[in-house]
Amino acid sequence: MTVRVYISRDSGALCVGAEEVATKLREEAERRGLAIDIVRTGSRGMYWLEPLVEIGTERGRIGYGPVAVKDIDGLLDAGFLQGGNHAKGLGLVEDIPFFKNQTRLTFARVGITDPRSVADYRAHDGYAGLMKAIEVGPETIIEQVTTSGLRGRGGAGFPTGIKWKTVSQTIAAQKYIVCNADEGDSGTFADRMIMEGDPFVLIEGMTIAGIAVGATYGYIYIRSEYPHSVEAMEIAIEEARKAGMLGRNIAGSEYSFDMEVRVGAGAYVCGEETSLLESVEGKRGEVRAKPPLPAHIGLFGKPTVINNVLSLASVPIIMDKGAEFYRDYGMGRSRGTMPIQLAGNIKHGGLYETAFGITLGALVDDIGGGTRSGRPVRAVQVGGPLGAYFPRALFDTPFDYEAFTAADGLIGHGGIVVFDDTVDMAKMARFAMEFCAIESCGKCTPCRIGSARGMELMDKIVAGEERAANLLVLEDLCNTMKFGSLCALGGFTPYPVMSALTHFPEDFGAEPKRLQAAE
Amino acid sequence: MPIYEPFNAERAQEIIARHRHRDGAALPIFHEFQATFGCVPNEAVVLTAEALNLSRAEMHGTVTFYHDFRKTPPGRRVLKICRAEACQAAGGDKLAARAEEKLGVEMGGTTIDERVTLEAVYCLGLCHSSPAAMLENRVYGMLDEERLDAVLKEAQA
Repeated sequence: MTVRVYISRDSGALCVGAEEVATKLREEAERRGLAIDIVRTGSRGMYWLEPLVEIGTERGRIGYGPVAVKDIDGLLDAGFLQGGNHAKGLGLVEDIPFFKNQTRLTFARVGITDPRSVADYRAHDGYAGLMKAIEVGPETIIEQVTTSGLRGRGGAGFPTGIKWKTVSQTIAAQKYIVCNADEGDSGTFADRMIMEGDPFVLIEGMTIAGIAVGATYGYIYIRSEYPHSVEAMEIAIEEARKAGMLGRNIAGSEYSFDMEVRVGAGAYVCGEETSLLESVEGKRGEVRAKPPLPAHIGLFGKPTVINNVLSLASVPIIMDKGAEFYRDYGMGRSRGTMPIQLAGNIKHGGLYETAFGITLGALVDDIGGGTRSGRPVRAVQVGGPLGAYFPRALFDTPFDYEAFTAADGLIGHGGIVVFDDTVDMAKMARFAMEFCAIESCGKCTPCRIGSARGMELMDKIVAGEERAANLLVLEDLCNTMKFGSLCALGGFTPYPVMSALTHFPEDFGAEPKRLQAAE
Repeated sequence: MPIYEPFNAERAQEIIARHRHRDGAALPIFHEFQATFGCVPNEAVVLTAEALNLSRAEMHGTVTFYHDFRKTPPGRRVLKICRAEACQAAGGDKLAARAEEKLGVEMGGTTIDERVTLEAVYCLGLCHSSPAAMLENRVYGMLDEERLDAVLKEAQA
């Protein structure tokens, strides 16, 4: 009997040798005359266990990991194809606490299905949401998405339903759906995992958006640093077309929708929505002033829905299971689940999807297992390069848009980067300014000039040059950038800088008292 | 391993013709130039401007905006090392310095034998397995000195 073996082809698995493991297993099984069928899936998101090899059994999938090429012989000798015992054995993958305790709605299929197979996607409830969407029509779709409480997962947290409604009410001959897959924040990889692990859910979400607002064409803008995502999406789009799920009269309905991939070119700022639109148009990725909103005048001057990968990928389950089902997860005005990404110096790095409301400390210490280096956690940066640094004292902050805003931070795209006690927070604050200077689009002065001045100031502060006076100038500069910049790049760079200064003043050679005394 | 062609106008026109009907064709054209010639030469930018009926200044502005597009071809292999926060948190600074020292170039530079171009990249989305690097489309995570040295060897091969 042929044994089904599942090995991820997600780049997070490839980067630790999944390809070599799959090749070796195939060769060795053939040599031994064992019948196996290797299915290449996405990743479960437990990256410290990659390359994870899963064996399909009657009881469920049994995992072994992390598997190295040199382990294959031993695993086969131990009869792992029948679920045999081995030091690398993990038992049933879905019983591993990190996985079991999650609420996987958006990531329901990632790591389970073959990302190149429409049939497999359908067999796991795929396209059920689109079928319902076709049945109920645009108005009800928008109503459902609004009721679900879904907010933009890219970072801004704007209600998705309201955005869609604006576009649907704008009259135009052509409208567009644009998916922002320019996931440039350090510490984030959820978009990449969706594209490489369950690309059809994104295609389905975009198609539903198209039906809802009357758009017939979509673009997925993927950063060039994600070649594997580009490949996965292109293959999936082609497969969806072949299955009649993209193109004219989707699934035999009256609706038509098609899409293509556009590849970025290394500009972080293109993750900002208006800059992204400029880039798709073939221009410099400079930020546009708002208004007009992209919902009114967007891509090529046409009304455009621009949403993050995770927002769009959450739509199919909302349509399938109902708005209330999704809304019942979460807390306050943060409804549903958030795919949280644990990164940096962390023992259990990976993706953890859970309802809003879990505390930062639970995520870092309990789920993430603390640092990989084994040293104490000193700081975590939440929400990418523009997110605030949190000290342990704030670890009781619940993961929720409003709670993080109240703590002078942001959840952004849900990435958490962990640092141990060797981190120099003044260096990190300087890096935030440097990054802003490198990546600024140059259109507005506070960001373009402010970031360069910020770097110089940080150098002076670290060198102890008129420290108290320069700290005041830095604060003033941060306020100028925060309130005067055109977009979040210049506007949010003060978050990492000021949070580092507020929570870790000792790294700047200044006591908090001195700061106040100088005022 | 990529082998680049020297610039030739005919080849550039072929590439332009393949994309010019697309809305916002500039980036797809530049990407294919770079895959073909290893860079986006000025001559090619001029041809693109003419084909898309845009000013040379505008096309120059576009191509120079993006970090990815090069003026001259890189070494035989391009090694990108992540320098973003998550990789810094996991010891990436030391590894980046080691790569610079072993190759004898700074970030952005090409080795004297033109085998390897070393570049900084800000996030490869492999932050769960930091520090990370990428050699063309091949990705590496959980780098330590030993693993990095193997990647450097591969790049120089």
